Amino acid sequence: MLLAVLARIRSLAARAAVLFLVLAGLWALWEGYRKLWESTGWTRPFPVDSTTMPHLHDIVGALFDPLREGEPLLARYMLDAALFTAKEAAVGFAIGATIGFLLGALIARFGVLQRGVMPYVVASQTIPILAIAPIVVVGLGNVSIAGWTPTDWMRVAVIAAYLTFFPVTVNTVRGLRSADPAAVELMESYAASEWSVFWKLRVPAALPYLFSAFKVAATASVVGAVIGELPSSIQSGLGGWIINFNQYYVLEPENLWAVNLVAAALGISFFLVVVLVEKLVVHRPPEQLV
Amino acid sequence: MSTLAQPARTSRGFGDRTRTWAPVVAVFGVGLVLWQWVLPLLGIERYLLPPLWDVLQAFWEFRSELLSGGWITFKEALGGFVLGCGAAFLSALALARWRPLGNALMPYMIAANAVPIVAFAPITNAWFGTLSPWSKIVIAAVLCFFPVLVNTLRGLTSVRPESLELMRSYAAPQRVVFRRVRIPNSLPFVFSALKIASVLAMIGAVVGDYFGGSTEALGVQIVSAVSLAQYEKAWAAILVASALGILFYAAVALAERLVLGWHPSIRAGVE
Amino acid sequence: MSDSVVSAKGISKTFGKGGVTALQDIDLEVGRGEFVSLIGPSGCGKSTLLRVIGDLVEPSAGEILVNGKTAHRARLDRDYGIVFQAAVLYDWRTVAKNISLPLELVGWGRAQRSERVAEMLKLVELDGFERHYPWQLSGGMQQRVSIARALSFSPALLLMDEPFGALDEMTRERLNDELLRIWTETGSTVIFVTHSIAEAVYLSTRVVVMSPRPGRITSVIPIDLPQPRTVETREDPRYFELVTEVREALHANGGER
Repeated sequence: MLLAVLARIRSLAARAAVLFLVLAGLWALWEGYRKLWESTGWTRPFPVDSTTMPHLHDIVGALFDPLREGEPLLARYMLDAALFTAKEAAVGFAIGATIGFLLGALIARFGVLQRGVMPYVVASQTIPILAIAPIVVVGLGNVSIAGWTPTDWMRVAVIAAYLTFFPVTVNTVRGLRSADPAAVELMESYAASEWSVFWKLRVPAALPYLFSAFKVAATASVVGAVIGELPSSIQSGLGGWIINFNQYYVLEPENLWAVNLVAAALGISFFLVVVLVEKLVVHRPPEQLV
Repeated sequence: MSTLAQPARTSRGFGDRTRTWAPVVAVFGVGLVLWQWVLPLLGIERYLLPPLWDVLQAFWEFRSELLSGGWITFKEALGGFVLGCGAAFLSALALARWRPLGNALMPYMIAANAVPIVAFAPITNAWFGTLSPWSKIVIAAVLCFFPVLVNTLRGLTSVRPESLELMRSYAAPQRVVFRRVRIPNSLPFVFSALKIASVLAMIGAVVGDYFGGSTEALGVQIVSAVSLAQYEKAWAAILVASALGILFYAAVALAERLVLGWHPSIRAGVE
Repeated sequence: MSDSVVSAKGISKTFGKGGVTALQDIDLEVGRGEFVSLIGPSGCGKSTLLRVIGDLVEPSAGEILVNGKTAHRARLDRDYGIVFQAAVLYDWRTVAKNISLPLELVGWGRAQRSERVAEMLKLVELDGFERHYPWQLSGGMQQRVSIARALSFSPALLLMDEPFGALDEMTRERLNDELLRIWTETGSTVIFVTHSIAEAVYLSTRVVVMSPRPGRITSVIPIDLPQPRTVETREDPRYFELVTEVREALHANGGER
């Protein structure tokens, strides 16, 4: 028992050490690259100075500076913006994943849908969402369902849902079809109803594929939320700050980099949530990589 | 129903082909009808989605701009695709060769895939200049890099242990193991990722255009058309971008079929 | 004929239009409590016949009664349990939940299910492994779980398609003895498909020899070895005689390919 606990602690410590090493390595690469390019004056692929590549400590420092005199720290604004964008992404993820699953289940069940609908599902992802985002956001702003109009963040959530549903659909189809034919035959021997086969065999068999898609979708929902905010002049989310700091980039480059850090953290935390849920829900043999 | 072997399928006749393509064509036809006639009836505002005919007319009117713009954006996407996928292959080979490094970094690469690169577009503009295609190429490349890296690495390392043991018994050096076992094994994974990357590259190029670019690029044309309320032109440009994306994807899918014709999932007609 | 668990007359099966004749004119009677082995080279139709009995494959011609009903009715009434060569356990369910799967489908309550699962685990001597996952077990153990699952709702008939084919010889012989013990304890009827002459003779009350192209029964050999079968049985001269008899019956019909 004690040995098991010690082993756990050791592996956690090892993981923390690797994390530290990777971060340190990235920091070293960054500063090293800067030093080298600055001292030699190379301009390929781009000239290096404190505007194009601010010091990492300056970027982090910018988060803990007030935005303007006497105002709260940038980090405060970033946190609020991140939560706003997170809300859009989470709602979009939920909607997109649900639609994706239902659509995938229908396609898996009715082969004719695979031939007729799947190509369009694929094609839908080639439409540049950035282009239709303003149209969607504005358009939905004029829609009125029984007197209710979607608020701004809900419309962005639709964009996020649009990016989410595709990977979920594709993997739902794959996953629901992945059941071992022998396992299906076993169900037949039990004269199980189609509903039972669906819930007791096909859906559990599809879970690894679903979570694989959820990991991609979690990321996509954050991307969709940010993209949805960009042309929609929504100030409260990360997209608004990106546009803002882009305008003033030459004056304060660290701020734009700081937003990027926050956006990256948001994307990664969404991803980690899915990984955590997967660990709790899915019990499968660990992946064998040689 | 049963798991017993069935005799080999006879070659597909005309009836089979029709059955395969009829649904796609049918849905397409229905879509066209909806777009042209039903949507306006539903009161969808002109500016949201103009009737199909108006969009087609706009396409015809602006066809040379749109197509040359499409070509520019496509070149940006293609450049990013080649750069990103190439870098990803090399990195994957390196990480598969030096397993401890690959194992340690795998979780980080998977996490890096979760970063919204979109936010980075303004920075590449600062690096390469807003008008330069390189700022868009880099975005497209970074979007492609991690998915292709993760999937290629997975493909290179999920080899059956017996295959590796066989190679060890021949005292085969590492590069032979890679050439004969790991790389062929990874091809289905690679093509899967390349299909995704083709779509991502186009998205990256257009997103890059959003933050500013040469006025001829397709993405910029879409944005300026929207701001000038020229919605028919905007949708025509969107259609061009979409068509390019589909062609790109189809080209990769075709390459996949040629290279991987032997793979069970292709033979079974999956996707 | 109510003591006949399986009654097949003139069963034929052809796959595809003008394709392979897997079974031709099969007549077979299996009485209650019998242990019948189907043996023959690849393509002789033994697995197909098993699946016809289980209503997993529809015969092209002929009649079949299982437990006095049509095969279809028998399947809907869940009169048989089936064990495949691969254990076909669900990776996402524990051993206990795998065994309780058919019981869930029939609609048993939670308490009833736990009780029966515990009984079954004892029967196959796997108590203590309730919360293990299939990949944590050896091949032999997985097959025992598969057998426990097949018997969980006490079917009259047990259909087994080369269940021990993927296991090593020693595990195989051990599981042979366990299967015989379970057979006597539960009093079920067993139809057992195998490639192994030794296994067929050791386990059965009757051995049905089949041959391919077209799939048909060429001889039926009653096994008059005393029960219960033990290690000594494997050294009995009569055992070797019967093994030889089965082998000659197999070779007389074109033998192995």
